[in-house]
Amino acid sequence: MDDLIKYAPDLLAGFLKNVQLSAVCAVLSLILGTVLVSMRVSPTPVLRAAGTAYVNIVRNTPLTLVLAFSALGLSDTLDVTFSDDPGSNSFWLVVLGLSLYTATFVCEALRSGINTVPMGQAEAARAIGLTFLQSLTMIILPQAFRAVIAPLGSVIIAMIKNTTVAIAAGYLAESAFVMKDTFDDTGVSIPIFLGIVVAFMIITLPIGFLTGWLANRLAVAR
Amino acid sequence: MTENGDATPLVVLEGVDKHFGSLHVLRDINLTISRGEVLVVIGPSGGGKSTLCRAINRLESIDGGTILFDGRPLPEEGKALARLRSEVGMVFQSFNLFAHKTILENVTLGPIKVRGVAKAQAEQRGMELLERVGIGAQAAKYPAQLSGGQQQRVAIARALAMDPKMILFDEPTSALDPEMVQEVLDVMIGLARDGMTMMVVTHEMGFARRAANRVVFMAEGQIVEENTPDEFFTNARTDRAKDFLSKILTH
Ligand SMILES: Nc1ncnc2c1ncn2[C@@H]1O[C@H](COP(=O)(O)OP(=O)(O)O)[C@@H](O)[C@H]1O
Ligand SMILES: [Mg+2]
Repeated sequence: MDDLIKYAPDLLAGFLKNVQLSAVCAVLSLILGTVLVSMRVSPTPVLRAAGTAYVNIVRNTPLTLVLAFSALGLSDTLDVTFSDDPGSNSFWLVVLGLSLYTATFVCEALRSGINTVPMGQAEAARAIGLTFLQSLTMIILPQAFRAVIAPLGSVIIAMIKNTTVAIAAGYLAESAFVMKDTFDDTGVSIPIFLGIVVAFMIITLPIGFLTGWLANRLAVAR
Repeated sequence: MTENGDATPLVVLEGVDKHFGSLHVLRDINLTISRGEVLVVIGPSGGGKSTLCRAINRLESIDGGTILFDGRPLPEEGKALARLRSEVGMVFQSFNLFAHKTILENVTLGPIKVRGVAKAQAEQRGMELLERVGIGAQAAKYPAQLSGGQQQRVAIARALAMDPKMILFDEPTSALDPEMVQEVLDVMIGLARDGMTMMVVTHEMGFARRAANRVVFMAEGQIVEENTPDEFFTNARTDRAKDFLSKILTH
C-alpha cells in the first residue's frame, strides 16, 4: 500500500497521458473508419478496392508491426515529424499508428451496421433525388451507427487497452511505461498492479455502460 | 400542334429490354404515358411490373431500347440522374419511410437537401401536404409509430413535396391490412382528380375503374393487352388476361 501511495503521482501522470492518447485515437479512428466504410460501399470500383485492400491488410497486421512501421518507417526512414519535441512527436506517431489500425475495426463494425439497414431506405433516398453521398451521410450511416453503438464501444475499449501495447513497443511514457519503471524499482507489487487495473477500468467500464445505454436509447424502431 | 410542352407525352418507352442474368424481364416494351394520364399496370406476380416502374426513374438500368422522360433520354448517372429522380415521385409497396426521421422530416428532407428550399418554408409546405393526406397530427412522430395506411399516406406526401411531374406507385396497397386500403386509395384518387400523371401497379379494380384512363396488362415481361378500364375488366381480349382476371375475381 505504501508503494501505491509513493508512486501515485507518476501513475496519475501516466494515466492522464493515457486518457489523452485514448481520446485522440478514438476520435481519429471513428472519423477514419467512417471514411473507409464509405469507400467500401461506394459505387466507384477503385475506391471500393482501395478501401477493401486497406482494411484487409491493416486489420490482419499485428498492432506491434503497425506501430513499428509508424515509428520506424515513417519517422526514421521517411522523416515524417509532427513536432520538434521528441516526446510529443512520438505521441503523435503512436496516435497515427493506433488510429490507422483501429479505424479498420470501426469500418467493419459500421459495415455490419449498414447491412442492418433495409435496401428500401437507400432506394427511397435515391428516389427523391439524393446523391450517393447524401444518401450515405443522411440516411444510411446515421441508421448504421445506431445499430452498432455497442460493438463500436467494444472497439474503443480494445483500442484503449491497446495503448499499453504502444508503450510496450517503447515509444511513449504513459501508464504501462510508468508501470514498468515502478515494477523495476519495487518488484511486482500487488497493490500497484491492482491500482493500474482499476485505473483502466475507470475509463473502459463507463464506456461499456454508456454505449450499452445509448444503443438502447437510440435504436431505430422499424 | 405547336411547340407546346403539354402536347408531348411525358414518358415514352421504345423497345425496352431488360435481363436479370439469363432471365428476360422486360421484352420489347413500347409504352407512352401522356401528361395528366393515370395508367394502371396489372398482371401476374413476376411479370415485370416492378421492374418497369423502376426503369422509369432508373432505379433499374435497361439493356436495350430507349426511355424518354419529358422529351429527353434518361440520364445515366450523377447529378443529372439525381435531378431526374427528384422529378419522378415513387411510392413503394413497403413504404420505405426514413426510419430515423420524424414524419415531418421525411417530407421536408428532399425539398431542403435536393431543391435547396429554406427549412421554414419546407416545413410549412410539408405540414400542408401532411394535412392533405390526413396525417397532420402525427408530424412529430416516427414512422414505426404509425399504421401501415398512415405510413403510406406519408410516403405519398413525401413524393408530392418534390412537386414531381409524375408519381410511380408500385403496389401501394399490397402490404396493407384490408381496412387501411381505402384510405390510401382515396388519397390517390384525389391526386388523379387533380391531374397528377400517375403510373400505378395495382390489382385494385375499384381504383382502376374510378381513376384510371388506361389499363395495361403485363405478363412474362410483355405488354399483352392495353385498354380502357371498363373494356379490360368486362371484355378482356386475350386468354392470358381473362385467365388472370378470373383468378383475382374469385378471390
Ligand atoms: N434485382 C433482381 N435480381 C434478379 N432478379 C430479379 C430482380 N428483381 C426482379 N427479379 C426477377 O424479375 C422478374 C420480374 O420481377 P418484377 O419486376 O418484380 O415482377 P412483378 O413486379 O410483376 O411481380 C421476377 O422473376 C423476379 O424474380
Ligand atoms: Mg412487383
